[in-house]
Amino acid sequence: MSTPASLRVFEWKLLVYRRVWRSNIVTSFLQPMLYLLAMGLGVGSLINKNPASSQTLGNLPYVAFVAPGLLATTAMMVASIESMWPVIDALMWGRQYEAMSATPIEATDIVASHAMWILFRSGIAAITVAAAMALFPDVRSWGLIAAVPAAMLSGLAFGMPLAAWSVTRTREMSFPVIQRFIITPLFLFGGAFFPLSQLPLVIRWFGYTTPLWHGVELCRAWATGSSLGALAALAHIAYLLLWAAVGMFLMRRLAQRRLFA
Amino acid sequence: MSANPTHRTSGAPGIREPLIHAEGLVKKFGAFTAVDGIDFDVQPGEAFGFLGPNGAGKSSTMRMIGCTSPISGGTLRLFGLDPATHGREIRKRLGVVPQLDSLDSELTVEENLIIYGRYFDLSRAEARRRAGELLEFVQLSDRAKSRVEPLSGGMKRRVTIARSLINQPDLLLLDEPTTGLDPQARHILWDRLYRLKQQGVTLVLTTHYMDEAEQLCDRLVVMDAGRIAAEGSPRRLIEQHATREVLELRFPAGANAENEHFAIGLGERHELLPDRVLVYVNDGDQALASVIAAGAKPESALVRRSTLEDVFLHLTGRTLVE
Repeated sequence: MSTPASLRVFEWKLLVYRRVWRSNIVTSFLQPMLYLLAMGLGVGSLINKNPASSQTLGNLPYVAFVAPGLLATTAMMVASIESMWPVIDALMWGRQYEAMSATPIEATDIVASHAMWILFRSGIAAITVAAAMALFPDVRSWGLIAAVPAAMLSGLAFGMPLAAWSVTRTREMSFPVIQRFIITPLFLFGGAFFPLSQLPLVIRWFGYTTPLWHGVELCRAWATGSSLGALAALAHIAYLLLWAAVGMFLMRRLAQRRLFA
Repeated sequence: MSANPTHRTSGAPGIREPLIHAEGLVKKFGAFTAVDGIDFDVQPGEAFGFLGPNGAGKSSTMRMIGCTSPISGGTLRLFGLDPATHGREIRKRLGVVPQLDSLDSELTVEENLIIYGRYFDLSRAEARRRAGELLEFVQLSDRAKSRVEPLSGGMKRRVTIARSLINQPDLLLLDEPTTGLDPQARHILWDRLYRLKQQGVTLVLTTHYMDEAEQLCDRLVVMDAGRIAAEGSPRRLIEQHATREVLELRFPAGANAENEHFAIGLGERHELLPDRVLVYVNDGDQALASVIAAGAKPESALVRRSTLEDVFLHLTGRTLVE
């Protein structure tokens, strides 16, 4: 029985991951735990005392508001890290992509396997975060499980365009810059910690265009069971898929150019 | 009795189709021409070499043959197929040993081979079975379970060769297989490649070591600046482009040029190098006697057989390793 080529490349990623998954999962459990404790309970205790604030948060306890946002941001973080150093590593340092290019593996397979990998890693991270959240009574709900696919999609929407960028790089110098000036601002202003409606109009609209906000909205709606119309949900999903698709298209073209020059 | 016309080989009976056919092959990177219109054929079972210094266009040629680099001009066929349209099919039948190791240092030796076999769509069981056999062939069975990282350069090369054989290729491409290895590691590697050759595996390799080309190649082309300067078996190339013997005269530092006149008219020709004077003659000892008789006082003198290095020097005016 023949296995699709992209799955066989994915197999390579799994083989390597087998050695590091434990420490990986501990990290992705601990980090959101810290945020939930600090923001959710610490900051939250102040916010929950203010009725007007609670209303802005849709009458959710603050920790319940933040938690789904963390699902989406964690997925984005994991996806972005997986789409920077590992990509340039497989191109230039470890040369695994070069090794593959001498086999029947094609650029398309590499891109498809990267998408699978992003979904897999975002999924694991989201499940771990959901497990951490389940420890908080105000957050605990079956909705958390429903929010996991939304988080995975957020990871994909963010990871694929970034991977397309990484495929063109010959040095890693831009990666810390991306982390500092793109990922961190998104993390802070993507709607995870407060509703974007609190911000001036210009920043707000910037937030609306980023994939993260759409992922956060989906995660929050599904995790808390709050009202989000089917049409709005579809629009969020479509927008995230669009980013993922554009990223995949670009990555395929650029990987082809890089590997088969 | 089977008369299925689609399985009949094309062409005249008895004439085997070359595994590689290149005609006017060109590779350009922007304004730079790396390969400038070369012609060659490689026949099944042959060990074929590209000999030339760094930058001669050998690796670019190899990458075109390996279907990882589109051609910029001319014709290239592998197994009668066009790389532009049948890259995947061709790569299925190739084994590639790249110039720089591309083993996964996070994985074990055996895992490296198995996952590579998976890229050729072998089942896990089959890939594991072949990995075992191939590690035995490259004498690394005892390292199967160890990580790649601590292995020596020569061992990594052998793992890479084992890896390149996992799909039982019809054609094995080796780009500078022993560059950077110590002499002992090179000899182990040559021995393994020689065995492959005896088993009938078609080898195509690039090298800038003339001893490697002499050891392994049935036939080779000498490349320089993107072109083929000469083609033939190592022996024929030496016969054609060099004399039987070479007299090497080494004069005190800086004095080689002023002593050049001793070499004039002595043999067929001579070459002045920064550190010595080479005289191409049929009888080296006799030539040495004449030079001494003429009053030359070389610091050292050496008579040796001509090599491919001399062929290259004659054809291009430069040495292979600069």
